[in-house]
Amino acid sequence: MPHDRSARQITLKQTFPGQLDSLAAIGDLVTEAAHAADLDARDVYGIQLAVDEACSNIIQHAYNGERQGPIECICQVSDKGLSVTIRDRGEPFDPSSVPEPDLESDLEERDIGGLGVYFIHQMTDEVHFDCTAEGGNEVTLIKRRRKDA
Amino acid sequence: MDVTTQEFKHCVLVEASGRIDSQTAPRLQEAFDELLEEDRYTIVFDMSEVEFLSSAGLRVMIGVQKTCKRWNRGELILADVPERIHEALDLAGFIPLFTFYDTAIEAVGNC
Repeated sequence: MPHDRSARQITLKQTFPGQLDSLAAIGDLVTEAAHAADLDARDVYGIQLAVDEACSNIIQHAYNGERQGPIECICQVSDKGLSVTIRDRGEPFDPSSVPEPDLESDLEERDIGGLGVYFIHQMTDEVHFDCTAEGGNEVTLIKRRRKDA
Repeated sequence: MDVTTQEFKHCVLVEASGRIDSQTAPRLQEAFDELLEEDRYTIVFDMSEVEFLSSAGLRVMIGVQKTCKRWNRGELILADVPERIHEALDLAGFIPLFTFYDTAIEAVGNC
């Protein structure tokens, strides 16, 4: 999908039902925005993974189940890269409450907890968690375009 | 996501395609559970057609690997893992926990 670099200021905004079968469509939206931002293939995948983990957390933790509220996605494409803001109206989410992931234990002791939030941080350049005025959560994930891209 | 299984004498080949996320991971879990209930503990997971794998998929894989490896009765073997997914497995510290093969044929042949 060719995009004119000189005119790169695009905003893609869409609201999805807070249910797990929205994840694929959210992934499609983010992938489209990531291509528009000229992210390389690794970063297109990375931002898609980070957004998927964030939205899964919203459904499973902020909303504590499916069909409890919407997920609003705003993808802002600029010359610098891609910023994805995701808003919900669920319970406040405290990222510091998530345990550090276990990346080294032997198989039997290995605990998978915390990997989602770990991926969110690893796959992006900046992450900002915030509360919205309506009492929900807002997370902004930023992926900068590599200089040699 | 689609998932198919194919039985061989010494192992079962599981092939998944498409997205493995929080929505679809339970279907992958079910496919593995059916094999485990039949005491099939040597499983080759062909990932060549997997386009996306989130931590929900990793959770399934680690659980299956724990069950398979108990009492040294088998193993979940990963075959033809796409580059992006391999990078995510690496970030998650999964590489030492699995045996990898470049192709499913090679993996099945070594079971």
